[in-house]
Amino acid sequence: MAKQRVMIVGGGLAGLAAAMKLAELEIPVDLMSLTPVKRSHSVCAQGGINSVNAVTRQQGDSEWLHLDDTVYGGDFLQHQPPVKEMTEWGPKIIDLMDRLGVPFNRTAEGFRDQRRFGGTLFKRTAFSGATTGQQLLYALDDQVRRWTVEGRIKIYEAWDFLGPILDADGVCRGAIGQDLVSMEIRAFPAAAVIIASGGCGLIYGRSTMSMACTGSAASRAFQAGARYGNPEFIQVHPTAIPGADKLRLMSESARGEGGRVWVPRKPQDPRPPREIPENERYYFLEERYPTYGNLVPRDIATREIFSVCTEDGLSVDKDRLAVYLDLTHIPRATLDIKLGGILHIYEKFQGVDPREVPMKIFPAVHYSMGGLWVDYEKNAAGGLTMGSPRNQRTNVPQLYAIGECDYQYHGANRLGANSLLSCIFSGLVVAPSVANVIKTAKPAEESLLKSAVAEKQAEHDQMLRRPTGGENPYLIHQELGNVMTKSCTVVRHNNVLREAIDKVNELGERSKRCSLSDSGNWNNQNVMFTKALRDMFPLAKAILLGALARDECRGAHFKPEFAMPGLTATDPAELRREAEAWVDRFDANTNKWLKSTIASCDKQGEVSLSYEDVDTTLIKPRPRLYGLVGAGMIEEVWKARQAAKSSSEGNGSAAKSAPQPAVAH
Amino acid sequence: MSDTHNGQGHSHARRTFEVRVLRQDDPESPSYWERHRLDYEPDMNVTSVLQRIAAQAETVDGVHVAPVSYDSNCLEEVCGACTMIINGRVRQACSALVDRLLEDRPGEIELQPMSKFPVIRDLAVRRRRLFRALEKVKAWLPVDNYYNMGPGPRQSPEQQEQAYPLYECMSCGCCLDACPQYSHVEVVRAEGETDEQFKTRENATFDQYFIGAHAISQVVFYNMNPTGQNNAGERLDAMTEPGGIQVCGNAQNCVAVCPKSIPLTTSIGRAGRAATKRMFTKWFDK
Repeated sequence: MAKQRVMIVGGGLAGLAAAMKLAELEIPVDLMSLTPVKRSHSVCAQGGINSVNAVTRQQGDSEWLHLDDTVYGGDFLQHQPPVKEMTEWGPKIIDLMDRLGVPFNRTAEGFRDQRRFGGTLFKRTAFSGATTGQQLLYALDDQVRRWTVEGRIKIYEAWDFLGPILDADGVCRGAIGQDLVSMEIRAFPAAAVIIASGGCGLIYGRSTMSMACTGSAASRAFQAGARYGNPEFIQVHPTAIPGADKLRLMSESARGEGGRVWVPRKPQDPRPPREIPENERYYFLEERYPTYGNLVPRDIATREIFSVCTEDGLSVDKDRLAVYLDLTHIPRATLDIKLGGILHIYEKFQGVDPREVPMKIFPAVHYSMGGLWVDYEKNAAGGLTMGSPRNQRTNVPQLYAIGECDYQYHGANRLGANSLLSCIFSGLVVAPSVANVIKTAKPAEESLLKSAVAEKQAEHDQMLRRPTGGENPYLIHQELGNVMTKSCTVVRHNNVLREAIDKVNELGERSKRCSLSDSGNWNNQNVMFTKALRDMFPLAKAILLGALARDECRGAHFKPEFAMPGLTATDPAELRREAEAWVDRFDANTNKWLKSTIASCDKQGEVSLSYEDVDTTLIKPRPRLYGLVGAGMIEEVWKARQAAKSSSEGNGSAAKSAPQPAVAH
Repeated sequence: MSDTHNGQGHSHARRTFEVRVLRQDDPESPSYWERHRLDYEPDMNVTSVLQRIAAQAETVDGVHVAPVSYDSNCLEEVCGACTMIINGRVRQACSALVDRLLEDRPGEIELQPMSKFPVIRDLAVRRRRLFRALEKVKAWLPVDNYYNMGPGPRQSPEQQEQAYPLYECMSCGCCLDACPQYSHVEVVRAEGETDEQFKTRENATFDQYFIGAHAISQVVFYNMNPTGQNNAGERLDAMTEPGGIQVCGNAQNCVAVCPKSIPLTTSIGRAGRAATKRMFTKWFDK
C-alpha cells in the first residue's frame, strides 16, 4: 500500500519547515498555497531571529532567560513548556538556517552578527540585512524545491483551502482545495492536515500583513470545530508607514540599530525636523523608560506613540497622526549594510531618504498572537516530548496548526524577532509528531471525499448563481476594517466593543448578500475574495467577544477602565501602602484573568467563549513593571511576599524564579 | 465646479484620471483594451488603483465588468507577485506610485500583462517556467540532513555583502520580460492529460529555452557559498545545457529593470568565466 500523504496548508516559514522535515523523514507531502510559496508573507519579516548565542551566553544570558523574556514580554499568557523547548532549539535553528545558506550578516572575524531587539537587554537577534524573513524563506523554499524534484513533495500553488474533511467520528481525513485558476474543487486525502496559513490582519482592512493574510484557512478550521485561542490578542506594531492600500512595516531593527523616536516639544512645530534643536525634542520613550528606552516591548511602545499623538496632541503633522523615527545620526554606510532593505522601502514609497530626514511613522495592526488552539505533551524537564502526536495538534484529531496561525508561543504580546523562531520551530516540531500519527491512520473512504467535494461545489455554484443582493464585497471589507480598527486595536472600551459586535453582526449578514461582479468559472478572484470575506466574520466576532469579556489589561489588550496605574504617594509609608494595595490588586487580577480565552464556533457561525488555565510551572507570573511609576517599591513588596510564601511552603519548591542552567539535548 | 468646501475660496474640479487596462478573459480569448476612470487621491499606487477598479466594477462607458485579475501579496516590493507592464515598463504594481506615473504621462495610466509569460487572465500570468529554471540549475545547498550539526562555515563580511544582494532576488520576472533572448513559451494542456503528465511535458519544453538572468545569478550565489562549492560543477553543467548561459546576448536589459538593483550582468560575467574554466578543465581531464 502506498504511504499515506500529509497535507500542509500554507508555504511560509512554518509550512516549508514542516514540509522539508517531513520529506527528510520520507513522508510524502502535499502543500497547497494561495501564492507561489516564495511569495508568502514571511518575506515581509525584516529584523531578525532570536536566540541565545556565544556572546550573550558569556554575558550571563541563557535559554532560560530567553524563555523568561518571552513569557514576561507576553504577560505570562502562554503555556511555558513549548516556549522553553523553543528557546532551547533557538541556537540550533539558527545554525541550521546558516547551513542552508542564509546570508546572515557577519562580524569582522566571520561570525554571525547580532543586534538588540525589544523586550531584552541582550543582543540576541541574528539578521540578514533588513530582509531576514525573506532570506530565511528562500533558503527553506530552495530546500523544498530540492525535494520537489525528487518527488517527495508536491506543491499546489494557487489553491485555496476550503476546509478540512472530517469523518463521522470527527477525525480529519484530508482537505478540500479549490484551484484559483480552473476553479476545480478537489479532495486531498491526507493522514494529517497541517494548517500553516499565517495571521488574519486583513480582518482589520489595512495592516502590515499581506493580501493572503485573510485568516480564511484558520477560520474554516474554526468553523469545522477547531477551537481558537486568545483571539483578542492582536499585536499593533509601533512603527509602520501609513499607505492607501497597506500600512508598511518599519522594522523594530531600526530602533535596534539606534533609531530614536521623538516628537517636537512644541505641538506641530513647523520647522524641518533636523533644524529642531535637541532640547526642543521630546524623546518620550527614552524619558519614560530609561532602562529599555526605544526598545520597550511592542505593546508599550505602541500605546506611548498612540497617546503622545492622541492625548498629548504632539503628532508631528496636523492632519494625520505620526511621530518621528530618527536614524539621521547614524553613518550612512552602517545604515546601508544593516538596514538597507527597509530604508529602500521607505524611500520607494514615501519619496524621502530616511538617512537624511527622520521617518514619519505610526502604529499598525501587525501580528495575531492568538490562533488555532493546539496541544503539547510535556516532558520531565519541563519542555516537550518530541514526536508526541499531541504536539501542535488542534482539538480535531489529525488536524494540526503551526506558525502564526497557532496560539501557542507569544501569549498576550510577541517580542520582536521571536516570530521567525516560533514559525520554523513549530514546523520542525510538528514533523516527527505527524510521522508518528500517520503510522496508524486509516485511509479516507472514497465516499467521504466525494461528499465533501459535492458540498463545497454546491456552495460555490450557489454563490455564482445568487440573484443580485446589491452588496459590494470590497466595500463591506472596508467597513469591517474600519470597525475593527476603531474598536479593537490599541485602546479598548466595552461600550465601543459592544457597538462593534452589533455592527460586525450586521456586516456579516450583509456579506451573505453580495452581488458578484464576476459569475464566471475561470480565475474568478471576485468569488474567492467574497468567500474569504465571509470567513472573516467568525474570527472577527471571536476577537471582539474575547476583548469584551476580558476586563483587564494584559499585553496587547489594553482597557483603560481596568488599568493599574503607577503609584502617586511621596511619603515612603504611604508609598509602601499603595504598593501593597497594588500587589493585592495584581494578585486578584492574576487569579481572575491569567487564563487563555478559548473560542468555539457552532454550525451557524455563532461564537462562544470558555477559558483554559495557563501552565506557568516554570516561571511564576510577576507584574510587568516596565516604566511604571513606583516600580521599585512594588518590586520590593512583591519580593518580600514571594520570600514569605516560599518560606511558608517549606523548601522553596515553588516555581523557580532564578535563572536556571538550560537542559541540553 | 462647486467643490469649494475646503474653505479657501479656491475652487478646483474633482480630479480624475484614466486607467487603460489590456484585458483577456482566458488563455484562448483575444485581448482587448478597457478604460476606467478613477477619482484622484493622494498617495495612491497601482495596487490601490486596481482595488478601486474592483470595487467600482464599471468602465468609463458605464458597463458593469468583472474585477481585473492580477496577482499581489506583500504590497511592499519584496514578494514579486504584482509584476506587470505599467506605462510600457515592467515593474511591480505596488511600488508604482500614481503621482509619479501621472507626472510622466498626465491623465492616464496604462496596464498590460507581462509579455513573456502565458496570460491566465487579464494581468495575471503563469510564471512556472521561472521556478523551473531554479530546479534545473539546482539552486539549493545539498546539506546532509536537518539535524543539529552546528553552524555553517564562517564567512567574511565581504563574502556576505557579495552574496546577500543576490539572495534578494524575489523571482518577479522583470529581468526575463525585458530580455530579448527570453522568448514567450506557452505549453497548452492536452485533452485527458494528467497533472503529472502535463508538468513533465511542460518542463521538457521549458528546458529547451533560455533560463534567464535570475537563475544564472542564483548559480553564482550558491557557487560562492563554501558548502555550495562542493557541487558547483553540477550547477555550472546545468547552466550550460541547451537554454543555458550561452544564449545570453549581453543586451543588459536585465540589470536595467531589476527592481532590487541586483548586479545581474556581473553575475552573468562571473558565471560565464566559471563555465568556460570548467569546460577547459573537463577537456584536460579527459
